[in-house]
Amino acid sequence: MKPPAFDYLRAESIGDVLEGLAQQGGDARVLAGGQSLMAMLNMRLAKPKLLIDIMRIGELRQIERKGDAVVIGAGVRQADLLAWSDLTEALPLVALALPWVGHMQTRSRGTICGSLAHADPSAEMPLTLVALGGEVFLRDAKRRRRVAAKDFFAGMMLTARADDELIEGISLPVIKGSRFAFREVARRHGDFAIVACAALKTPTGVRLAVGGIADVPTVRDWPRLEGSALDDALNAFAYELGARDDVHATARYRRDLVRMIGRDLIGEVLQ
Amino acid sequence: MVQAAVQSANSVDQGGERPWVGRSIERVEDAALLSGRGRFIDDLGVAPGTLHATILRSPHAHADILSIDTEAAKRLPGVAAVLTGEDVKAVTTTLVVGVKAPVECWPIAMDRVRYVGEPVAVVVATDRARAEDAAELINVEYRPRGAVVDPLGALASGAPVLHDGFPGNLASERTFRYGDPEKAFADAPHRFSIDIRYPRNSCTPIETYGVVASHDAGEDAYEVLANFQGPFSIHTVIARALKVPGNRLRLRTPPDSGGSFGVKQGVFPYIVLIAAAARVAGRPVKWIEDRLEHLAASVSATNRATTLAAAVAADGKILALDWDQVEDCGAHLRAPEPATLYRMHGNMTGAYDIGHVKIRNRVVVTNKTPTGLNRGFGGPQVYFALERLVQRIAIGLGLDPLDVIKRNLIDAGAFPYRTATGALLDSGNYQEAVSRAVAQGRLAELKAKRDEARAQGRLYGIGFTAVVEPSVSNMGYITTVLTAAERRKAGPKNGAQATATVGLDPVGSVTVHVASVPQGQGHRTVLSQVVADVFGLQPKDIRVNTEIDTAKDAWSIASGNYASRFAAAVAGTAKLAAERVAGRLARIAASQLNVEVVDIVFAKGFVASKHNPENRIAFSRVAALSHWSPGSLPDDAGQTIRETMFWTPPELTPPDEDDRINSSLCHGFIFDFCGVEIDRVTLETRIDRYVTMHDCGTILHPGMVNGQIRGGFAQALGAALYEEYAYAEDGSFLTGTLADYLLPTTTEVPEPEIIHMETPSPFTPLGAKGVGEGNCMSTPVCLANAVADALGVADITLPLVPARLAELVRGAEPPPPAGGAAVAPVREGDRRLRGEGQALVKGVPEQVWAMLLDPATLQSVIPGCQRVDKITDTHFRADVTLGIGPVSGRYRADVELFDLDPPRAVSLRGGATGALGFGNAEGRITLAPDGKDGTKLTYSYDAAIGGKVASIGGRLLDGATRVIIDQFFTALARKAGGGAPGGGFSLFALLAKVAGLFGGRR
Amino acid sequence: MTRLKADSRHSVRFSLNGKSVEGEAEPRMLLSDFLRHQLGATGTHVGCEHGACGACTIVVDGMLTRACLTLAAQVDGCEIKTVEGLAPSADRLGVLQQAFRRNHALQCGFCTAGILMSLDHYLASNPAPTEAEIRDLLSGHLCRCTGYTPIITAALEAAAKLASSKQETSDA
Ligand SMILES: Cc1cc2nc3c(=O)[nH]c(=O)nc-3n(C[C@@H](O)[C@H](O)[C@H](O)COP(=O)(O)OP(=O)(O)OC[C@H]3O[C@@H](n4cnc5c(N)ncnc54)[C@H](O)[C@@H]3O)c2cc1C
Ligand code: FES
Ligand code: FES
Repeated sequence: MKPPAFDYLRAESIGDVLEGLAQQGGDARVLAGGQSLMAMLNMRLAKPKLLIDIMRIGELRQIERKGDAVVIGAGVRQADLLAWSDLTEALPLVALALPWVGHMQTRSRGTICGSLAHADPSAEMPLTLVALGGEVFLRDAKRRRRVAAKDFFAGMMLTARADDELIEGISLPVIKGSRFAFREVARRHGDFAIVACAALKTPTGVRLAVGGIADVPTVRDWPRLEGSALDDALNAFAYELGARDDVHATARYRRDLVRMIGRDLIGEVLQ
Repeated sequence: MVQAAVQSANSVDQGGERPWVGRSIERVEDAALLSGRGRFIDDLGVAPGTLHATILRSPHAHADILSIDTEAAKRLPGVAAVLTGEDVKAVTTTLVVGVKAPVECWPIAMDRVRYVGEPVAVVVATDRARAEDAAELINVEYRPRGAVVDPLGALASGAPVLHDGFPGNLASERTFRYGDPEKAFADAPHRFSIDIRYPRNSCTPIETYGVVASHDAGEDAYEVLANFQGPFSIHTVIARALKVPGNRLRLRTPPDSGGSFGVKQGVFPYIVLIAAAARVAGRPVKWIEDRLEHLAASVSATNRATTLAAAVAADGKILALDWDQVEDCGAHLRAPEPATLYRMHGNMTGAYDIGHVKIRNRVVVTNKTPTGLNRGFGGPQVYFALERLVQRIAIGLGLDPLDVIKRNLIDAGAFPYRTATGALLDSGNYQEAVSRAVAQGRLAELKAKRDEARAQGRLYGIGFTAVVEPSVSNMGYITTVLTAAERRKAGPKNGAQATATVGLDPVGSVTVHVASVPQGQGHRTVLSQVVADVFGLQPKDIRVNTEIDTAKDAWSIASGNYASRFAAAVAGTAKLAAERVAGRLARIAASQLNVEVVDIVFAKGFVASKHNPENRIAFSRVAALSHWSPGSLPDDAGQTIRETMFWTPPELTPPDEDDRINSSLCHGFIFDFCGVEIDRVTLETRIDRYVTMHDCGTILHPGMVNGQIRGGFAQALGAALYEEYAYAEDGSFLTGTLADYLLPTTTEVPEPEIIHMETPSPFTPLGAKGVGEGNCMSTPVCLANAVADALGVADITLPLVPARLAELVRGAEPPPPAGGAAVAPVREGDRRLRGEGQALVKGVPEQVWAMLLDPATLQSVIPGCQRVDKITDTHFRADVTLGIGPVSGRYRADVELFDLDPPRAVSLRGGATGALGFGNAEGRITLAPDGKDGTKLTYSYDAAIGGKVASIGGRLLDGATRVIIDQFFTALARKAGGGAPGGGFSLFALLAKVAGLFGGRR
Repeated sequence: MTRLKADSRHSVRFSLNGKSVEGEAEPRMLLSDFLRHQLGATGTHVGCEHGACGACTIVVDGMLTRACLTLAAQVDGCEIKTVEGLAPSADRLGVLQQAFRRNHALQCGFCTAGILMSLDHYLASNPAPTEAEIRDLLSGHLCRCTGYTPIITAALEAAAKLASSKQETSDA
């Protein structure tokens, strides 16, 4: 279980990263916190020719409040964001969800953007990004672009990011006057979610986002629903997610969780 | 709460005049381990020039090996040797098999693989990374065979057969009859029966296997360092396989070992393999198993299918048992299997007084990892059936389960008690233990809690278990698998030789050596206590060595760390050895002090006269005398330099003519009960309180005894709630990482409430019995009983996966909304992916057809396609690099088209294989004009992926495959629609993508 | 920008438990292997090489770090603390280590180094943890021998002791 051979580039600037990505394209990988990438390399699931370490680039380490949004750089570790003093006030949903990402020992290294780039369908940060309707800032040697959360996740471990693009950072909206709830079911504490749900109150009703079932975190917006109308909506949603069986859970169990937890969370944010 | 409970029994005991034995002194092992100075196998230096091995393993559960091409691997710089089965066969012979049958058992596949993870080649290189680079270059051609993973399925007619020497996959079958079970069943008013499946799991130590081997060609002798744990009967198996006499296999163990729980017995096939590699390479070779190898292919406990019936009187008294056990030992019957099945043979009646027993034992082979020692060794499998049945009897008769247990417990006056199947239960007072546990463990309170919880509509249950924990195995129990006639022919096998050596050096300091190979159990500390008491010294004065070197140390086939034999047998033997030396020292001291030998006492560092303590001589002076002045010793004293003691209990006799076997020397008693609550939404089981009463005889070190109980409890909790070596129907191994095989962590394991009672064993020198394995036997079924009570269900399967409980307790699911997505029914274990879809494509069917069948366009449409070979018009091969997200790999694909119906339909079938696994798929595509110069393309597929990647990417694999397929068809529609120059797509690309997704590299 | 070529060895320097150390590594060499086999610091153990067991946990620049998910090349110039740096001197154990010994919080000791590092790091900034917090912290470690509860007891006991000794020093 040793990684295959690769070159290692210690980038000092964003320019270094973009140059490396431009040169090597699909054979290059950005190395952020390494909490997913290194395990895959050790298992030889990936065989890049070049790793570009972005963690020494000071300008990527920022967490900034910009008007109604918080901008988080690619170098921001999960632990950094959890320790950010404004977190609960500005991004209460992130404050609820982030402690569910792995363990203290992985959050201390893993980055927010790395988790998004990795796009595991059970991961909490992609779910949060989609639930809040954030944006991803992509950049290659020639241009920059912004991709809305809903367009970013293309499938299981697939995103809108091109091989030569760096995720420079993301922006998450600061939503005032809403209520948020998050709940996750995993086999053990710190495991990837079997089902994770996030709910928030919207001006017109409620939004429920579900991770762990479909290939990408999935969102539904509903008007204020109650009683059997809510049950029906949740049931339809649960089926639409296309749940599957695996060693840890069955499709039916997953749908049950969407129906039950969805109901609880919606009740919580609408009360 | 944790703190209080732990402190009471656990904190270190420093003071007083009491003997050292029985006190929780600090462990001598700890200072080094706590400061990073442990000496585990991978911490020790190796000879300069030592090479490193990696093992290429089978991705298939069952397949013929058609060819192995190692040329490219051998050419890689740094590679010293590549061994395949043939090369290993040239220098070794098959491992012995524990039953009489014409089968072979090799540590590496010969011409056929029989489980995922079976070694296929060994690469030896200057470092591990390079060896792995080279292993990727080995090209193995397989022809898959049907696989069977279920033990009952393996017995079904028509099941794939693994070994010709085991017809119908049956490796052994024996029936036994004790008393008159037929009559008991005929006469009994009630009969209860239960069918259970005990799952596969493993105790999974955190340190993996390690072997360093070298071969001296001049003497044809091997030297091996391995974190092997015994039993050293395996030394004979290894030496035989290496074709050398025992004195040419020097087997040593490192000072520290990172846990074993039985598992490190299973390193022995790798000792043979790495020793063979060292011989072929002509240099020392080191191999440290990695975690993926460990999970897929080290060793696991057996899974077992059992039908158990009981003849029961109206008051719940069990009159007879009828066992039908089908033991699944995996792909090969490796020594000492089928020992797991026979280890409990004397104890098939548990803690109960049951006179009549019938047993049918069958051992089967399946396409799974071979099994071996694991903590509990046969106990969990037996007690899961027996104690579930006891609960069912109680429910059936409308009795309290605890009353049924009490009614059947062996009477306190009956010890030593001979069980129907032959065990001699040494001592105990089960009734007293139960009543103490009920009182101290506050059962009444728990029952009140249950009432209250149920009144609130919560799911709360209570479970009970009573268990006899055997320890110190009789080396002869395994011969119960043979008939009495076969045994007569083979010669007797029995006993449990323990050895201990006490040495005194020229300054009179004491060294103790035992062949116990601890894996964290603190043997060095306990022995220092035992011997300090004999010599009137302090534990710190005694230096203990527990490493084994078979070339120099006293050992026997029973040596090693298994069957909880340390406290009962090994520590006792050390005591006897020390006493023998002390007896001689007493004689020497008596002559020097001019007193009678009976007047001599060892205390506080002196050898003194009891009557006149002032008349004394320093221990070290007497102790050193044998070195400095042997001439001044009294004539009858003998030397006191070094004494080796051998001890085997006379009670451990071979099986008798009627197959009665005293399978173990000591029998502890455990009574557990617990309260659990099950969350109505998640169906997770939360342990509210777990009470475990242990009578393990005399307690030598309370802190360590509790440590064993807690550790066993945590592993048992894992087995009950989380852990399973899961296999798909096709034999794919699905739990190949520690993110899939779930060990409980701090957030899952509560503190059990431990209660003790001490009924010394009359059969062991210190009165101690084993204690390490009991909770692995009692806890899984106790939790299962509690969950059954909470949910009111009869059939409980371990592990208690919430999704499985959902199936038991939840009614029909709300149907999908009308017009919504339908759910395809799935069979458990069926991992084939099926799907269908359609796309509208530009161009009439004839054009699309031409495009479909054109391999020339392939290179341009598949990213990373290196080469396409057209074998025939409808058969292609290609080398392709593909990936999804961060996963990428090179693979070779092979595709055939058939049932061609131009331009309307075509079927295709293909596969790809590589180091990470294999994929195969079949599909049909139909083309129909859409009436607007376009084509409606409809497809259906059926795909499967297996091998290493199924083990390590299981959670994501199916979804990822689907993504690739869907992507392909989207791309197809786009490409055809956009009329890409020279383009379109080909069927080949589809299959290549599907099959090669994780197909690995070449 | 530094680009290290795959097939050659490059010098790696960092501070290990306060002493500067140096060795050579190919880019792909894991920090766990570098510590153990290049520097001989074998106290950091390897149990899974995929981040799940916690045996290799060390502290890099004040961050808890899985050495098996880190390249040696990544820590050039960093400050690293491992289990070898915990004891105040070769013949004395620190407060946390003593608490482990007193409470039998280790058996085989294979998982122990990682757990000690997590606790040492955590207690430095959280002097009065609850049992739940310690359990949450240690959920990132696997121990197969102890059943965990003695570890938790030891951690809480050490925390209390450290806090009271801090109290004493600040009072003085
Ligand atoms: C034991 C364990 C448990 C875990 N449990 C969870 C869990 O419960 N939930 C969860 O969500 N995650 C979990 N994770 C994974 C999480 O810790 C990772 O942090 C996260 O998935 C990846 O972030 P990273 O910074 O470590 O990225 P890396 O591992 O460095 O990179 C991951 C991928 O993203 C790419 N990448 C990273 N950053 C960028 C960027 N800026 N631009 C472009 N590409 C980029 C990399 O090339 C790579 O392909 C767990 C990990 C471990 C080891
Ligand atoms: S070895 Fe690093 S976490 Fe297991
Ligand atoms: S003490 Fe052995 S794994 Fe923790």
